[in-house]
Amino acid sequence: MDTLHAVRARGITKCFGDVVALDGVDLEVTRGQIHGLVGPNGAGKTTLLGLLLGLAAADAGRLEILGAEAGRTFAAPDGVAGFVDGPGLYPSLTARQNLAALAGLRGRDARTAGVDDVLGEVGLTDVADDKVRGFSLGMRQRLGLAAALLTRPRLLVLDEPSNGLDPAGKRQVHGVLNRLAADGTGVVVSSHRMDDLEALCSEVTILATGRVVFSGPLGKLAAESRELDYRVRTSDPQAARRLAGGTDGVRIVDDTGTPRDGGPLVVRAQVPALDDLVTRLVTSGVAVRELAPVVSPLEAAFLALTEDRETQR
Amino acid sequence: MTTTVTAAAAPARSGAAPVARSYRFELVKLVSQWRIRLLVLACWIAPGLFVAGVSEQSTLPSDTLFGRWMHATGWAGPLVMLGFAGTWALPLLTSVVAGDMFAAEDRLGTWRHLLVAVRSPRRIFAAKVLAGLTVILVLVAGLACSSAVGGLASVGNQPLVGLDGHLLAPSDAAGRVLLAWVAALAPTLALAAIGLLGSVALGRSPTGLLLPPLVALGMQVAQLLPLPVAVRLALPGYAFLSWNGLFTAPAQLAPLLIGVAVSLAWAVLATALARLLFLRRDFTDLAYDGAGRRAFTVGVLPLVGLTALTVTAIAFGTDSTGITQAKVQRSVATAFAHLYRLQTEQLHRPAVTEAQLKASAACTKSDGQAAQQGAGNDWRCVVTWHLPGVPVAGTAVYQLDVGSDGRFVADGDGPKEVNGYFLVRTSTGDAPNPLWQFDGDVELLDTTSKG
Repeated sequence: MDTLHAVRARGITKCFGDVVALDGVDLEVTRGQIHGLVGPNGAGKTTLLGLLLGLAAADAGRLEILGAEAGRTFAAPDGVAGFVDGPGLYPSLTARQNLAALAGLRGRDARTAGVDDVLGEVGLTDVADDKVRGFSLGMRQRLGLAAALLTRPRLLVLDEPSNGLDPAGKRQVHGVLNRLAADGTGVVVSSHRMDDLEALCSEVTILATGRVVFSGPLGKLAAESRELDYRVRTSDPQAARRLAGGTDGVRIVDDTGTPRDGGPLVVRAQVPALDDLVTRLVTSGVAVRELAPVVSPLEAAFLALTEDRETQR
Repeated sequence: MTTTVTAAAAPARSGAAPVARSYRFELVKLVSQWRIRLLVLACWIAPGLFVAGVSEQSTLPSDTLFGRWMHATGWAGPLVMLGFAGTWALPLLTSVVAGDMFAAEDRLGTWRHLLVAVRSPRRIFAAKVLAGLTVILVLVAGLACSSAVGGLASVGNQPLVGLDGHLLAPSDAAGRVLLAWVAALAPTLALAAIGLLGSVALGRSPTGLLLPPLVALGMQVAQLLPLPVAVRLALPGYAFLSWNGLFTAPAQLAPLLIGVAVSLAWAVLATALARLLFLRRDFTDLAYDGAGRRAFTVGVLPLVGLTALTVTAIAFGTDSTGITQAKVQRSVATAFAHLYRLQTEQLHRPAVTEAQLKASAACTKSDGQAAQQGAGNDWRCVVTWHLPGVPVAGTAVYQLDVGSDGRFVADGDGPKEVNGYFLVRTSTGDAPNPLWQFDGDVELLDTTSKG
C-alpha cells in the first residue's frame, strides 16, 4: 500500500458519449501537499475531481486514492472528503443541523462528532444556529469546508473553495488548508484564482482540453515560462529606464509613468535578465522599491499553455 | 487504451452509509421544510374542524357520498373526507412530497454532496422512497384520524347507514372506515410513485411536481367517461372509488381488491422505473436536466404496457359498462328494503324484516327507448314491497342518476308519505326521511350476489 501518495493517477481517461473529458491524465498528490488544479472551462477539472471523490469511475487508466485502487463508482476509500461545483448544503437546515445530519449519516453522534469545533475552525460559530438559506456565498463555502473537515479527511478535494470569500474569510480558509496539509492531509484545490493557488499550493497541474499540459512545482513552472512583464518602481525612474534599455534580454514594454511623477516602469524579461537589471540598478545607486510581475507567473503560464493548446487544436 | 482499473478492496475502503441513517437524514430534510410542516399540521387539524363545522350546518353536502348522513353519525365525516381526499387532497399531498423528493436535490445542487456522503445511489433511493412514504402515511393518517375525531366529537358514535341501506353498528362502521382509508392508500402510493418517477425523470423541472395531480385528474376524468369496466378497473384511480364496496352487505370485495392490486402494481412499477432511471444517471454530468427522451421510453411505455395487460386480464368475464338493468334493480330494491326498515323504526311501526318486505324494483332507462344498461340520469324505478297482513303491495317511484362508476342517487318521486318528502313526522318531531333520497352502488363486476 502506497503511504506516500494521497493520489496516484496514471493514464486516466473518461468519456461522456463522444466527448473525451479526460485523456490519459497523470496526477500525483503526496500526503501533506496542497496541489492546485487549473485549466480553462471545459478542461476536465470537475470530471477529475469527481473521480477523486468517487462520483464516477474512469473508463481507462489506473487510479489509486489513499493507497487503495479506485476502480468503481462510489468506491472511494474512507478519508476522502470535499465538494465539486459548490458545497452541498440544505437551506432549510441551520449550519449546525447540516453538519449534525452529515455526522449522523456517517454514524457519529452529532454531540461528539466535533460539529462545534469545525464550525469554530471556519469561523461560523456565531451563525451556527442560523438557517443556511440566509448565508452568503462565502459563508456557504466555509460551511462546505466545515462539512468536509467533519469527516477528518486524509484527502480533501475542493472545487473553487475561495469563491465569494472576503479577505478575512480567505485567510481563514487558507489557514485551515495549511494546517490540514501540515497534519499530513493531501489537498487538491481547483480554482480560477491564481493568486489563491500561488499562495496555497506547492505544486500545480494545468489541464487543457482533457490533457495535462503541465504538472509540477510552481517554481518549475516559473522557470519554464516565457518572458514575463514586471512592474519596477525605483527611486530614480529616469535612470531605471535608461538602465533597463541597456540590459540584454530586457525590453521596456510600457512606460506608464514619467520621471517626474515617479510612475512604475514595465519591462518584459526572463528571470536571469531581470536579475541582471536589478544588479545594475543597485550598483548604480538606484533603490528598487517594488518589483512584481504584472501578471502572476502561474497566470502567465496558464494563459500561455492553454492558449498554445487551443492554437494546436 | 485498455483499462487497468481494478476493483480490489483495500483496507481503508469504507462501506456506504446504511439505509437507516440515510432515511433519518431524508426525514430531517423533509421535516425541516415549512411546507411539509404546514401540510402535517393542516392534515391533522383541518379535517376535524371541517367535519365538525359541516356537521353543525343545517345543509349537508348530500352530493358527496355519505354527506347526507353527517347529522346521523360521526362515522360519515371521515368518509366524506375520504371522498374529497381522493379527488383533491391526496394527489396534491403526494405531489408536494414525492414529486419533489429528487428534484429538490437538483435545484439545490446537493447530489454530489449526498453521494459523497452516502456512497450508494441505491441506498439514497431507498432512503428517499421510505422517507417520502413515511411523510405521506403521516399525512393520510392525519386526514383519517382528524376527520374521525371531528365527526365523533360533534355528532357521536352512532350506527352508519351503508350504501345498500343496511345499518352498520358503530364498531363495524369504525372498522370499515379504517379499511376504506387503508384501501385508499394504494392509489395514493401509485400517485406518489408517479411523482417520484417524474421527479427523477424531469430533473429540476417543476413539471415533476405537477405530474401526480395531472395523472389524478386524468384518471378522474376517465372514471366519468363511459369506458368499459375493464379499462375503468385497470386504472389506479379506481381504488379511490372502490372502497365504496366496503359499505354494502356483503362487501363488494372483488372490485376493491382489483383496484388495490392495480394501484399497488402501478406503485411498484413506477418506483422500479424511477429507480432504474436514477441508477443510470451520471452524476458528474453538470449539464444534466432530466432524462429527456429516455424518460418516455423507460418511464411511460412500461406503465402503458401494464395498463394494456390489466385491461386484457380484467376484460374476460365482464360486460362492457358493468351497469345492467338487473343489477340496478337489485341494488335499488335492496337499499329500499333496508331503508324502509329504518323508516319503520323512526315511525314506531311494527318491525318488519327484509324477507317479509320482499322488495323488488322494475327499472327502465329512457322509458325503455334505449339500451337498458349503462350510466345516465334517465333511469326510473318502481319499487314494490309487501307488508305482513296487508294484501296490497306498496309501490314507490324513484328517479335514478347512475354514474359511470356504478354509484347512483335515487330521488324519491312519491307517494309523499313514503318517499315523496324529505321529512317524516315522528312522535318526537320531524326527522329526515331515509327513503326520500339515498345513495347506492351498482357493483360493476358480477361477483357478489346481493340479498
